[in-house]
Amino acid sequence: MWETRVRFLGREDPLEEAVSAALKQGQVTPTELCQRCLSLIKKTKFLNAYITVSEEVALKQAEESEKRYKKGHSLGDLDGIPVAVKDNFSTSGIETTCASNMLKGYVPPYNATVVQKLLDQGALLMGKTNLDEFAMGSGSTDGIFGPVKNPWSYSKQYREKRKQNSHSENEDSNWLITGGSSGGSAAAVSAFTCFAALGSDTGGSTRNPAAHCGVVGLKPSYGLVSRHGLIPLVNSMDVPGILTRCVDDAATVLGILAGHDPKDSTTIQDPVKPFTLPSLTDVSKLCIGIPKEYLTPELSSEVQSLWSRAANLFESEGAKVIEVSLPHTSYSIVCYHVLCTSEVASNMARFDGLEYGHRCDNDVSTEAMYAATRREGFNDVVRGRILSGNFFLLKENYENYFVKAQKVRRLIANDFVNVFNSGVDVLLTPTTLSEAVPYTEFIKEDNRTRSAQDDIFTQAVNMAGLPAVSVPMALSSQGLPVGLQFIGRAFCDQQLLTVAKWFEKQVQFPVIQLQELMDDCSSVFENEKLASVSLK
Amino acid sequence: MAAPMLRWFCSGRRFAFAWVGCGSCHRRGPPTGSTSNGKRGQSSVAQQPHITAQKPRKGYTISYQYSPLKLSECEWAAVVGLEIHAQIASNSKLFSGSQVHFAAPPNSLVSFFDASLPGTLPVLNRRCVEAAVMTGLALDCHINRKSLFDRKHYFYADLPAGYQITQQRLPIAVNGSLAYSVCVGRKPSQMVTRTVRVKQIQLEQDSGKSLHDDLRSQTLIDLNRAGIGLLEVVLEPDMSCGEEAATAVRELQLILQALGTSQANMADYEIQRQINELENGGEILNETRSFDYKLGCTVPMRDKEGKQDYRFMPEPNLPPLLLYDSGSLPSGADPQQVINVDQLRARLPELPRVTRERLVREYGMLPEHSCALLNEVGLLEFFQNVIKETRAEPKKVTSWVLNTFLGFLKQQNLAVSESPVTPSALAELLDLLDRKAISSSAAKQVFEELWRNEGKTPAQIVAEKNLELLQDPEVLERLCRSTLEAHPDVVMDLKKGNPRAINKLIGLIRKATLGRADPTAIKEVVERQLSS
Repeated sequence: MWETRVRFLGREDPLEEAVSAALKQGQVTPTELCQRCLSLIKKTKFLNAYITVSEEVALKQAEESEKRYKKGHSLGDLDGIPVAVKDNFSTSGIETTCASNMLKGYVPPYNATVVQKLLDQGALLMGKTNLDEFAMGSGSTDGIFGPVKNPWSYSKQYREKRKQNSHSENEDSNWLITGGSSGGSAAAVSAFTCFAALGSDTGGSTRNPAAHCGVVGLKPSYGLVSRHGLIPLVNSMDVPGILTRCVDDAATVLGILAGHDPKDSTTIQDPVKPFTLPSLTDVSKLCIGIPKEYLTPELSSEVQSLWSRAANLFESEGAKVIEVSLPHTSYSIVCYHVLCTSEVASNMARFDGLEYGHRCDNDVSTEAMYAATRREGFNDVVRGRILSGNFFLLKENYENYFVKAQKVRRLIANDFVNVFNSGVDVLLTPTTLSEAVPYTEFIKEDNRTRSAQDDIFTQAVNMAGLPAVSVPMALSSQGLPVGLQFIGRAFCDQQLLTVAKWFEKQVQFPVIQLQELMDDCSSVFENEKLASVSLK
Repeated sequence: MAAPMLRWFCSGRRFAFAWVGCGSCHRRGPPTGSTSNGKRGQSSVAQQPHITAQKPRKGYTISYQYSPLKLSECEWAAVVGLEIHAQIASNSKLFSGSQVHFAAPPNSLVSFFDASLPGTLPVLNRRCVEAAVMTGLALDCHINRKSLFDRKHYFYADLPAGYQITQQRLPIAVNGSLAYSVCVGRKPSQMVTRTVRVKQIQLEQDSGKSLHDDLRSQTLIDLNRAGIGLLEVVLEPDMSCGEEAATAVRELQLILQALGTSQANMADYEIQRQINELENGGEILNETRSFDYKLGCTVPMRDKEGKQDYRFMPEPNLPPLLLYDSGSLPSGADPQQVINVDQLRARLPELPRVTRERLVREYGMLPEHSCALLNEVGLLEFFQNVIKETRAEPKKVTSWVLNTFLGFLKQQNLAVSESPVTPSALAELLDLLDRKAISSSAAKQVFEELWRNEGKTPAQIVAEKNLELLQDPEVLERLCRSTLEAHPDVVMDLKKGNPRAINKLIGLIRKATLGRADPTAIKEVVERQLSS
């Protein structure tokens, strides 16, 4: 089930043996697995994927897991599996910063529900992953700990293409962004430092970096997974996201995380049972919708042609593929901007330096203390959004902006309802306009412009609360991953993942080749048990 | 959680009554000028259609709009509207599981949510919703089957989240009425019933407490109160003076107490103070000040500078609050997850107005006595317990409870629950009086003893102090004779026709009997002895 496939050994032929099976059979111990991931984390430190590496915690958890396996009482598929968590989920006793000065040094006294559920299943918490400050961004470039580097920048596939294209500039300065804001989690999974990672997804923050890093990025239906403990960006759109190397793994994690949480009143009441995805063999009963509004001029021709190829693939296998219309798509980004900044303005009001987090030295007056604390604590992006949000919420503007945006949001959600009511099972769209760009390129535009561009295919889904998943399809001519997005009906996450799994199997996305990067590691691994496990 | 501290520098700031002009419309049209007249209709505020007073909270707050209305060229009428905040009687807070206790150590009742730790979410307390529904029903409100929560933003040190969750757009109950009785003449029995419209009842969170330490220029924050559920009851400006407003508030308090939805304790110093302020409404209008929301300093009003924009926004973490009735209850719904308005209606207790009518009907007491019995917490229960155990007439009991018993309580500033005299003891005492075992004056004496010496029964006191009425006629005959013999001058006076002499003799004899003889009986014996 757990697709390590010993990919991180850098072997050419991925193996089907699942790590969890290996764990159960005692061919690899949780401690060994944990130590391998820890050493990879150290090895890939320059990616800046992790803000905090919780080595001690992870090793202790591994030790306990090992005891359980020895007694034959493993807690389930996740027992002993290394995972990482985006640094905007509260983790008890482990610093949770949101990549902001405001929360630097803040150690939550409680676990987010999703974190607790992972731990209850015996997962090993490797650390907290990097992001844009308070998840505001689409590059994972705007946090106080610096930008996250895309592991694909160092892949054999990308490097070879670069040589062919005879770019001879300094390679190190041309590293690629991961996308964001959950770029740390995407990079962590992509670089094999963990088997699954939690991201958050408000406008595309899980799917976007997943697409850029060649991993699966799932945004579950709003209300299916608890937000308790997730430090909010936009409460009405935030969803914990799941990043894994294959669709089955995402389904396994979703099965564990999904369900009602008494601490989050917006979660569904109906019980959710863990599920395993069926392997679709016949897609002839499927109807795939291709929203015509998603064919925008900014879409790169390469992504566009992969999108067409995917549609053709479904059609050639017997699925019904039809063009559909989501007429209000073009208003979505601006509407998202109003609603997002308004909730941001409200959610950020609590950071006043009194109860927790950063507090300035200024004690001239309470108001001066607030002002200085917030100026020092937040970056320009956050402050900018707070400012716009408060503008939209002013009594004189509320009707003209917030209320209108809410109405447009309803229209956008209805667009999806209409399409699904017309018989479409799943929508197929690009996840991003193009493959990942170099950091130097990315920062030519400001955060706001980038967010507006990069969230174009993803944020409408958040407005409508639907499930969506980005699945890596192929490498671009540059040797970089391109992901496509599937959008499902509300609370039909399982159906969505079933289709995604079929697609994943058809496209056989190539494994990232990081041998050069991991030479030392692989030589270490060669001698260890996992190699023999995988060769079974 | 340690008390977070906040440096405090502005020495001029303190808790204060604060005022703001608010431009909302009022019922009878806008004021038209600034002609001054009358104690209440001071001209200094004629420019401001409303004056809103906002008080620091302590379980129960009242803020009000007070508008002078120009009826004709030189006549003004005052109009008072009220916003009353009553703390909901509930074991836990409105959106968190923290306990609610009075006088707990600072910051000992603070959940992660109350301290606004990032990532925490509100979870609505069922008990608070039920309290709001019951209050709405008792005030004849329309109960909205769907209501919404909103965020009201302002920065204040004891408001950890930077916003308060309230119900601004669609509150839980609307359009009700509150009837209350006021005296119109000099006599307390001349009472008329007035009605004030209830605009709405909304659920909202309380804030924490700021304790200002001027000496060290610090403000200490106590979050025990932060997040406690409040009922905000908004009364339309239908009241014409502070006294009416105060009476309406008292009536509302009685209703909340009867429902058990709020303690709304009359003994609460804060309430009393606010009612006093209301009743002394005259002074209010001399102050035209704006306020730094709620607890802040009051500053002279300068146009719109003090105007606060709360940037209301729907609370995204709470779905709409849906209520059901027996007809609309979804089948198979978990009773723990739904609230049935009809069920709550059936559970409503007797309301104060009905109680008063019943008292008048059952015991033949005066309406003002029925009011007095309800106005003191626990007094009605005390009265009813006495009635249950005594053979004495209800009128007698009423008089003893309202005069003697309540008098003692007031004198020592005690609540009914703190009384040293139990209902049974008073009942026994009234029984003794009823069967003429003791005189009225002896009964008073026994009561005083009861008050001082807990544990003794009235019968024991009567026996110890020898207070029983003289039942033996021969003893009385003897005492009368000896007194007459000892005071021949008074007897002479009487015989000369001085009418006051007989009273003097009766007094002397009573003294000789140690107050144990009935004056009428003494008079009989004396007259018989003198005429024989």
